[in-house]
Amino acid sequence: MTLEAAVQLRLGALALDVELSVPAGEVVALLGPNGAGKTTLLRALAGLVPIERGSVRLDGATLEDSATGTYVPTEKRPIGFVFQDYLLFPHMTVLENVAFGVRSRQTAMAWVERVGLGAFAGARPSQLSGGQRQRAALARALAPDPRLLLLDEPMAALDASARTEVRRDLRRHLSSFPGVRLLVTHDPLEAVALADRLIVIEQGKVVQQGTPAEVTERPRSPYVADLVGVNLLRGEARDGSVTMDNGQAIAAAGAASGPVFAVIHPRAVALHLHRPEGSPRNVWRGRTDAIEVAGDRARVRVLGPIPVVAEVTPASLAELRLAEGTDVWLSFKATDVSVYPA
Amino acid sequence: MRRERAPFAIVLLAAAGAAFFVLPLLGLVVRTPWGDAPRELLSPAALDALRLSLVASVSATALALLLGVPLAWLYARVDFPGRSLLRALTTLPMVLPPVVGGVALLLAFGRRGLIGAWLLSVGISLPFSTAAVVMAETFVAMPFLVLTVEAGLRSMDRRYEDAARTLGAGRWRVFWRVTVPLIAPSLAAGAVLCWARALGEFGATITFAGNFPGVTQTMPLAVYLLLESDQQASYVLSLVLLAISVAVLAGLRHRWLGTA
Amino acid sequence: MAAAVLCACGSTGAPADSLTGTLNVFAASSLTDAFKGLGSAFERQHPGLSVRFNFAGSPALVAQIEDGAQADVFASADTTNMDRLLTDGLLAYDPSVFAHNKLEIVVASGNPKQITSLADLAKPGVVYISAGPTVPAGKYAAQVLREAGVTVTPKSLETDVKSVVAKIELGEADAGIVYVTDVKAAGSKVTGVTIQDADNVVATYPIAPVKAATQLQAADKFVAYVISSEGQAKLKEYGFLGA
Repeated sequence: MTLEAAVQLRLGALALDVELSVPAGEVVALLGPNGAGKTTLLRALAGLVPIERGSVRLDGATLEDSATGTYVPTEKRPIGFVFQDYLLFPHMTVLENVAFGVRSRQTAMAWVERVGLGAFAGARPSQLSGGQRQRAALARALAPDPRLLLLDEPMAALDASARTEVRRDLRRHLSSFPGVRLLVTHDPLEAVALADRLIVIEQGKVVQQGTPAEVTERPRSPYVADLVGVNLLRGEARDGSVTMDNGQAIAAAGAASGPVFAVIHPRAVALHLHRPEGSPRNVWRGRTDAIEVAGDRARVRVLGPIPVVAEVTPASLAELRLAEGTDVWLSFKATDVSVYPA
Repeated sequence: MRRERAPFAIVLLAAAGAAFFVLPLLGLVVRTPWGDAPRELLSPAALDALRLSLVASVSATALALLLGVPLAWLYARVDFPGRSLLRALTTLPMVLPPVVGGVALLLAFGRRGLIGAWLLSVGISLPFSTAAVVMAETFVAMPFLVLTVEAGLRSMDRRYEDAARTLGAGRWRVFWRVTVPLIAPSLAAGAVLCWARALGEFGATITFAGNFPGVTQTMPLAVYLLLESDQQASYVLSLVLLAISVAVLAGLRHRWLGTA
Repeated sequence: MAAAVLCACGSTGAPADSLTGTLNVFAASSLTDAFKGLGSAFERQHPGLSVRFNFAGSPALVAQIEDGAQADVFASADTTNMDRLLTDGLLAYDPSVFAHNKLEIVVASGNPKQITSLADLAKPGVVYISAGPTVPAGKYAAQVLREAGVTVTPKSLETDVKSVVAKIELGEADAGIVYVTDVKAAGSKVTGVTIQDADNVVATYPIAPVKAATQLQAADKFVAYVISSEGQAKLKEYGFLGA
């Protein structure tokens, strides 16, 4: 059973143009910054937002196709949707909420117990904690036995203390669900913890796909690079060096050629008061721009021929007498530059 | 709020304003012959007027709900050509002088009216009937219901309806099991406002429906007419209407006044 | 008093007199057209004075005066209502009868329901309306029907006789019993059906200045004018019977 969708639509300032294919065997997470169009995409798959061009097919059945004018209304789609703030009906009890999409109260009760809310079946949503509400929303979405489960930022509404435990529970329920599972998140931790495959969406377009490992090791957009916390550069590789658009070049090990991404981990970037001597092939002088100290790490952004973030210890920071706006030399080895095709 | 000493001029004007409202109500309470009240209330004319007023105002409210909720739903949810104009027209009775409303109703539903003439040809004559009272009251009171319910529909989180749809609920089920319970407070407030307005309607009623005890003489009409012949009785009936108004205000105070 | 009468009688010129300001006359609604005519003539005689009218059902006017409304003259369509003010001591002096009136059946122009007698008012399908029981016209109408042995329940009790005429004109009701003067005033918009003298009642119209009048002298002159031969002639033009 697979979800195959090609969605093109415009909503306000957003122009969404995404193609995806999600088999039942893996949990897929749509990852991206706020406003990227992830929630809109999910709503379009559910039939809540009209698709201007494209199609949605689930398990071979066409749910929507702009070419033929087919449109199966939301209520007839075999989907389960867990909304960002759960949207449990406030005027109904937990059991009534879960029973809303099914005929049999027994089925509903079974699900209520399965998510561990048996004792709260008669309670109102306002009486539950955030984590309990999430479980109720999940049970409600799963009780009608859908074939596609859509989750919109399932943990965004929870505070940090509830998250770990809820994430574990959610992982368990997701693995036992036999249908197609697609979730949306802006939190990379959540994506990595819950998903088998990531699809990164920025400004309505897919910029990268792959397993969490693939994506984090080889980011293909500044957004992902930021999430992972590495320096990402883009340029043309030839004969051991990579040339950026602005003409600057860095030395990079590896035999790649053609358009490439180059990743340098901030820890690999060293800072010096004077021009360093020795092996590093990438050396230049720049000016510090922003400094962030977090625990035992300090991240220093250095402006120069190529802006780069370096990570040093707070002790080094003090030793180098670095403040924002001071001149500094930086260096990194060619072997610390990881290059892969763009 | 900062503790501020109020300027004298403001206090004076505000006190005058307060007195303007309080004194008439106080006058009514003080001048009512409390001893005679039960006897006046239980007189056939008063009971007739009371019963008729209750029956007509409740009927008017029911009619307003039947016609007004769909109207409110259309205004809040559907963008159709001419919506603003229609909305303005259906709100007009709120600001229109009631007598003018009565005249308008006559011109439409009177025996020679636009629709009334046709109704007459099939044997239905509306003026001077209790049905006409209900129509007059509905005409002036329904806008209150429509506006309140429309506001409730606009302010509710429509994603609840989305959630219901993802759970397989068709439009009717979404409306009855999700939308209506969620707007229940607006619905209730709108119905109460509508009922109170209908109960107090005078100008449109006397113009369109006429005046006859038991058939069209509602409490406000009775009060007006009794002023000429039996003033004490009119005070008593006025007090009943005042008491009902106070009860409505007390019941809706959280919505309007924002405080306990 | 005599001097006032001398001044009011037979002057077509405009003697410079001391009457200025506004005279408030409260009159039964059946007097609307006639009194407006009398008022204009009176104003021509006393250029400094303007006459303002408040026409309504007699009981409504009595209630207003009792509550302190500013009236200088009161003209009622029956003695009962005038007597209420008299017994309450609210009149400047005893009232005088200045006119009489008779009743007539009023129906829609052309008499589509073919009503020819009082008994026809009780025909099925005829919508009969009347002024309320405390309004003189209403009382008189009920009296006429009672004495003729006709039983018919009005579909509505209007607050004054002009409202009855209005509803007949609008076509909302088929018939009513109003004054002869009302039928005349409505002209071609309605049709009148005569009530035989034997079955008819005669309405008595008294007039008096109000004790709390601010224009007592003008009020006195107006009352005198209404009773004068000139005033009486004018009233007859509108269909009233003399004092």
